[in-house]
Amino acid sequence: MQRISLKSMDTALHFEPFVLSFELAAITASILFCVALPLAWYLSQTRSRKKPFIEAITALPIVLPPSVLGFYILWALSANSPVGAFFEDTFGIKLVFSFTGLVVASSLYSFPFMLQPLQNGFESLNKEMLEASYIAGKSKFQTVFQVALPNMKPALLTALIITFAHTVGEFGVVLMVGGSIPGETKVASVAIYEMVETMDYTSAHIYSAIMLGISFVVLLLVYLFNARQTRRFGL
Amino acid sequence: MIYLKINKALHGAKGVMDLKLSLEIQKGEFVVLHGKSGSGKTTLLRVLAGLEEADAIIKVDSEIWQDASINLPVQKREIGFVSQNYALFENMTVEQNLLFVQKDRTLANHLLELAELTELKNRYPKNLSGGQKQRVSICRALMKKPKLLLLDEPLSALDPAMRTKLQQELKTLHKEFQTTTIMVSHNPSEIYHLATRVIELREGKIISDKEPQSDGFILDAEVVEIQKVDQDYKIIILQEGELITVPLSKEKLENIRI
Repeated sequence: MQRISLKSMDTALHFEPFVLSFELAAITASILFCVALPLAWYLSQTRSRKKPFIEAITALPIVLPPSVLGFYILWALSANSPVGAFFEDTFGIKLVFSFTGLVVASSLYSFPFMLQPLQNGFESLNKEMLEASYIAGKSKFQTVFQVALPNMKPALLTALIITFAHTVGEFGVVLMVGGSIPGETKVASVAIYEMVETMDYTSAHIYSAIMLGISFVVLLLVYLFNARQTRRFGL
Repeated sequence: MIYLKINKALHGAKGVMDLKLSLEIQKGEFVVLHGKSGSGKTTLLRVLAGLEEADAIIKVDSEIWQDASINLPVQKREIGFVSQNYALFENMTVEQNLLFVQKDRTLANHLLELAELTELKNRYPKNLSGGQKQRVSICRALMKKPKLLLLDEPLSALDPAMRTKLQQELKTLHKEFQTTTIMVSHNPSEIYHLATRVIELREGKIISDKEPQSDGFILDAEVVEIQKVDQDYKIIILQEGELITVPLSKEKLENIRI
């Protein structure tokens, strides 16, 4: 008992899991922004029959149990699968139980949280405003960055923040794909899980309270910003 | 000169009908297009703009915009387009809306002055009235010095007083820029004031094509009042819940059959 509580005092001072969580979330959100943006734009503009199929596939991570998703990702990234083998042979990167693997897994897991707000944002824009940009001679690229995105800042912010927060908050997939290697894959949620398992409730309380506080502040900032935008531009 | 030949199946309330017509418009003409809703007016403008696909031949001056092998994208067609809903860039000020089209400060300032918008140039669209928004939209459409200006019921969302004012401004702008213009409108006063040619569409076909004043037009409206203004008259009519003022000369007034 004595030893456990000493150890817990020790871990309570380590903020490494938080740093790791935020690093993972920032990288995932950046990658997903680049990947989801073109797809969200395409889905918002297309009348193709493929649209519902793409929407269904990309929404899967919302409904699948993390264990199912984690299992498939683990299987796909392991050295026994073509993808895992390719990365290991070509780049010497091991995708399971590594930070890189976590980035890949998080990107799949959080994908709909970036895609859907962006798609909704694009769809809610006045079509005639986008056409006015084309008529002004602007390309689709210019229209997206100079007209569409600036007119959907709340949706844009929601996409980025929710993706970020969702990645910070993920647990099941991260544990399955990354395990719990300190400094490499032991993110905050996994660290808290371990503390509870080892009955180190003091540390679990501190870590959980920090997570709760940060999450609340982030969400509050998003809603405050959105309220301000609505007042300013009537978006 | 603009030559247009178009053939497109329209899916309207009464099932499928063909928008099928050919048209020649001289440089500087102000064509008003009218007809019942669903007759293909807006589609015609959108095909000209390149916003809607159709089997069409469009030739502007010596340049082919569209035929069997060529289809210039909307960005490459020299058009200005104004719709009923303004479609301004909400994230930009009035001046930025104009400069986004073309970085020509001199022209922007000139247009803003003509439309009496200079004082509002740093405002965002959200803080403008409907009439002001539409003036910005019209100025923006002229920033590219288009060969063809397309106006889709530009004044129909405005109150009668603002309508009359903007009619006058459209007339001033047309006089100054001599831009070939096609405007969709149902408003007799607009037709009377602005058009050099009036075309009526029905179910996708041209059923009349004439000068505006030749034999007037048929209108389903109630005469509210006839006022004498100097030598001329002003007749106020009520059409679809809206009061419309039509100025008339004495001879015209005598010719009216009710």
